[in-house]
Amino acid sequence: MIRSNASEMAAKLVAGETTSVALTAAHLDRIRAVDVDVHAFLHVDSEGALAQAAAVDAKRAKGEKLSPLAGVPLALKDVLTQKGIPTTCGSKILAGWRPPYDSSVVANLKRNDIVILGKTNMDEFAMGSSTENSAFGPTHNPWDLTRIPGGSGGGSSAALAAFQAPLAIGTDTGGSIRQPAAVTGTVGVKPTYGGVSRFGLVAFSSSLDQAGPCARTVLDAALLHEAIAGYDPKDSTSINAPVPAVVAAAKSGNVKGMKIGVVKELNGDGYQSGVRTRFEESLELLAGAGAEIVQVSAPNFEYALAAYYLIAPSECSSNLARFDAMRYGLRVGDIDGASAESVMNLTREAGFGREVKRRIILGTYALSSGYYDAYYGSAQKVRTLITQDFNKAFARCDVMVSPTCPTTAFKIGEKSNDPIAMYLNDIATIPVNMAGIGGMSLPAGLAPEDGLPVGFQIMAPAMQDQRMYLVGAALEAALLSKWGAPLLSQAPALAGS
Amino acid sequence: MSSLSRDDVANLARLARIEMSEEELISLSNEFTVILDAVARVQEVAAADVEPTSHPLPLRNVFRPDVVVPSLTTKEALSGAPAQEESRFRVPQILGEE
Amino acid sequence: MAISYDEVVAQYEPVLGLEVHVELNTDSKMFCGCSTVFGGDPNTQTCPVCLALPGALPTVNEKAIESTIKIGLALNCSIAPFSRFARKNYFYPDMPKNFQISQYDEPICVNGYVDIEIETDEGAKLFRIEIERVHMEEDTGKSLHVGGTTGRIHGAEYSLLDYNRAGIPLVEIVTKIVSGTGKYAPEVAKAYVAELRDILRSLGVSDVKMEQGSLRCDANVSLRLIGSEKLGTRSETKNVNSLRSVERAVRGEMIRHAELLNKGERVVQETRHFQEDSGLTRSGRSKEQAEDYRYFPEPDLVPIAPDAAWIEDLRASLPERPSIHRKRLQEAWAVPANEMAAMINADVLEIVEATVALGADPAKARSWWLGEISRIANDKDVAIAALAITPTDVAQIVALVTAGELTDKLARQVIEGVIAGEGDPATVIAARGIKVVNDDGALMAAIEKACAAAPQIAQKIRDGHIPAAGALIGAVMKETAGQADAARVRTLLLSHLGQSDS
Repeated sequence: MIRSNASEMAAKLVAGETTSVALTAAHLDRIRAVDVDVHAFLHVDSEGALAQAAAVDAKRAKGEKLSPLAGVPLALKDVLTQKGIPTTCGSKILAGWRPPYDSSVVANLKRNDIVILGKTNMDEFAMGSSTENSAFGPTHNPWDLTRIPGGSGGGSSAALAAFQAPLAIGTDTGGSIRQPAAVTGTVGVKPTYGGVSRFGLVAFSSSLDQAGPCARTVLDAALLHEAIAGYDPKDSTSINAPVPAVVAAAKSGNVKGMKIGVVKELNGDGYQSGVRTRFEESLELLAGAGAEIVQVSAPNFEYALAAYYLIAPSECSSNLARFDAMRYGLRVGDIDGASAESVMNLTREAGFGREVKRRIILGTYALSSGYYDAYYGSAQKVRTLITQDFNKAFARCDVMVSPTCPTTAFKIGEKSNDPIAMYLNDIATIPVNMAGIGGMSLPAGLAPEDGLPVGFQIMAPAMQDQRMYLVGAALEAALLSKWGAPLLSQAPALAGS
Repeated sequence: MSSLSRDDVANLARLARIEMSEEELISLSNEFTVILDAVARVQEVAAADVEPTSHPLPLRNVFRPDVVVPSLTTKEALSGAPAQEESRFRVPQILGEE
Repeated sequence: MAISYDEVVAQYEPVLGLEVHVELNTDSKMFCGCSTVFGGDPNTQTCPVCLALPGALPTVNEKAIESTIKIGLALNCSIAPFSRFARKNYFYPDMPKNFQISQYDEPICVNGYVDIEIETDEGAKLFRIEIERVHMEEDTGKSLHVGGTTGRIHGAEYSLLDYNRAGIPLVEIVTKIVSGTGKYAPEVAKAYVAELRDILRSLGVSDVKMEQGSLRCDANVSLRLIGSEKLGTRSETKNVNSLRSVERAVRGEMIRHAELLNKGERVVQETRHFQEDSGLTRSGRSKEQAEDYRYFPEPDLVPIAPDAAWIEDLRASLPERPSIHRKRLQEAWAVPANEMAAMINADVLEIVEATVALGADPAKARSWWLGEISRIANDKDVAIAALAITPTDVAQIVALVTAGELTDKLARQVIEGVIAGEGDPATVIAARGIKVVNDDGALMAAIEKACAAAPQIAQKIRDGHIPAAGALIGAVMKETAGQADAARVRTLLLSHLGQSDS
């Protein structure tokens, strides 16, 4: 039962072939069996999930009209608040904190009766590409437990790939939904900035952060997208417009006559050969489905990574200032006679991991007087140039595509001492965040040389998220008929299944 | 060629309220030499005539009406407090004044 | 080596810069829906946003924007077609996010002015105070320092934080450099803050209660040798909480700076704290090492770009400028300038105006508010506005006196009763049994009794010594418990003793 897709589970619930309680219990069993190896979860709320499931079953029994995903379980990235449930953001500084309020994403999930199983592991405050920066230990890739599941949302994607949950929520600041999806053979979507409310999403970089759906199929992602998206007056940057028709697009998958732009700069040198092979193959399949493949260029993308590593640290240096031991979270050094200032200093030393400190210091520097124009100011200009590149390219095509990341999953520990090498993982995903547009990653197959999943990225103009689902659904269908079975059926079974 | 000395890092750590060991100051200072070189590339294309983008959406004038909505209860407000007294957050002595 | 104020201004020219913070009187906070009501129990007016809980986001109060634009317009500013919020980053426990949402290089209002008039040796003189900017920000929480010297930060063992005030909308009004005021600098500073307060009150955008902190002034003062162009080092005196203190703080700082300069010492650039008791300032945080606030555009909020129609609507809604309004009242009431100034000084102009609007004679209304009621307020050491007596009460009392139903003396008793919370004038009169005794029979009985008790005095009056009547009138008034009309008593008494007023 746990190996089916969310939409299949939903259909069985509607048909009365199973109950949400049974479905939820099966996933909780699976988590109990395999999470000791995968470590996708930081907190499992068995009691709350079962209670929520029982409530949905009761509503269904009464014949109430329910939403499409009602009763289906989900794993929530631990960067979104859920009232009364520990929210750590993968950091010691928030250990034990239980928020007194629901994020808007969680409120939407609850409104849609989607059952929340628990909170998933992540790089501390979403800073990282491997989930190794979690203060609570790394998550392991279900395809190969010695490898990283991507990051920062490695817990969410690993939970999907290990069949611990059919749906998950991620957040994407520079690729934290798409890169984990790519390296775990799952689907992840970063909606247009402002499409999903950020209220209750613990901010890393406010102008880049965006929550989005993670799933095992394009249609499941679309259903979840529709459930969590929409205008929210609590978020001033929320888009006050109807949610794009993503479910209809995912169901259609018709790409006849669509122009698909291949980004010249996001390919070639630095991209693993198996990644390139699967990317080319996907392009052929899309052409076979009736799309027209065109070449587009985005010359300023090469500056995106540098701009990102100024903007995100700058914003985070300010966003993370609130973790100061005064109102919530960890407090260290509160001995007789200690000052508030020394307690702040000691708490932030003990509570933040190395990568977080590195970025806070970098951001503090980039914003400091005398350096602002050279660093933060220049980075914002690069942001303008990247947006202009996208605009020019989208004048020639409907969506843009690239490999999601340059390589397949690397070994845990392999890059942890080389920040620049680590940052390069996000080279293809970052431009999307800089421009605030939508991006999707879906599985394109396994790299022949290492047998690990490769991701295919689709980028659509702002508020045209449905285009990603059209193309994603078309490619998914073509690949499925080629493979005969979903890619994840080739993943190791893991203990307990 | 950009770089940050140990003292520069110490000053930034003070601004950012993070205690740092000598070892950490030196290793971060070394790392920043590499990182700053990488990020300084933005200056290559950041010409004077390029407008900065601080926000990805062209939104303007997003306001809410001046209406009072219920607050948290005092208990909820203080639920995460490391220490509390008389319905207030208790914090170590505050030095210096704003 | 003490130096007199005259010596200071003979040698130096003061240069001022005034920053006024105004708490707006919106119902909800600047960036969240929590109530702004003053004096609530600690941490009852907080939410994830104003406590800076992880994940919370600010949303802008539209009325706060409107109020700020109105202030800008009233201060003759131009309203920026595009302005933005920025984060001002610094750590302080009373500021939950450890950054303040403020405005930096793109404030909403710029380049205005306020004209003020003060009395000088050469008569009334006009000074134009130029406004550099008006911008929006948010207030901090309140800390209570426990242990050590209570109330003071130094020596406190720990602090207790209440965030009810955190996030209340603040508007900061910053002047350009104010120079050329010479020895009148302290008066100019006071008159400016007073004018600003009146303008803000007339706009209805703030309670402007300096004693509650809803209007706070920071005074930057520096001295330069007369004739010199070069600005001296300034000190910034924080949170000066009354009009009188503004004047005292400026004067005190001028003297302190001059003493240092004359000794050949330098003025330290620092924050100073005004002390009401001594009128002196004490040293606070040094600003020699400029704090690096790392301002950047607030990414959680979008820019403000008010369209011209909105601005014009707000402009059209502005009330009459207080200085013009006062001139108009002065003419209408035919009040001498010094009386007008007395009302302004005592802060009763508005309340007198309200009383007159209810039909009271301007002179009577003025004399009650400025006399008896001001005296009671002084005795109680509270603001007149805080007394439980309203313009409606006073208008009723004036009407009763005019109708002869109350004497001035009885009216004072009624006022006292109303202020004591006994109810409106009618209720007080009924409850206390106050009424003018107009029954001549009763009065005659009292007069006969008084004459019998003091036959020598009665005889003196019969002999034509009219001034002696006072003693007997007093006795009659005492007998009738003050409820008689003294004029009537006098007439009856004199005629009883065969005399009359001529």
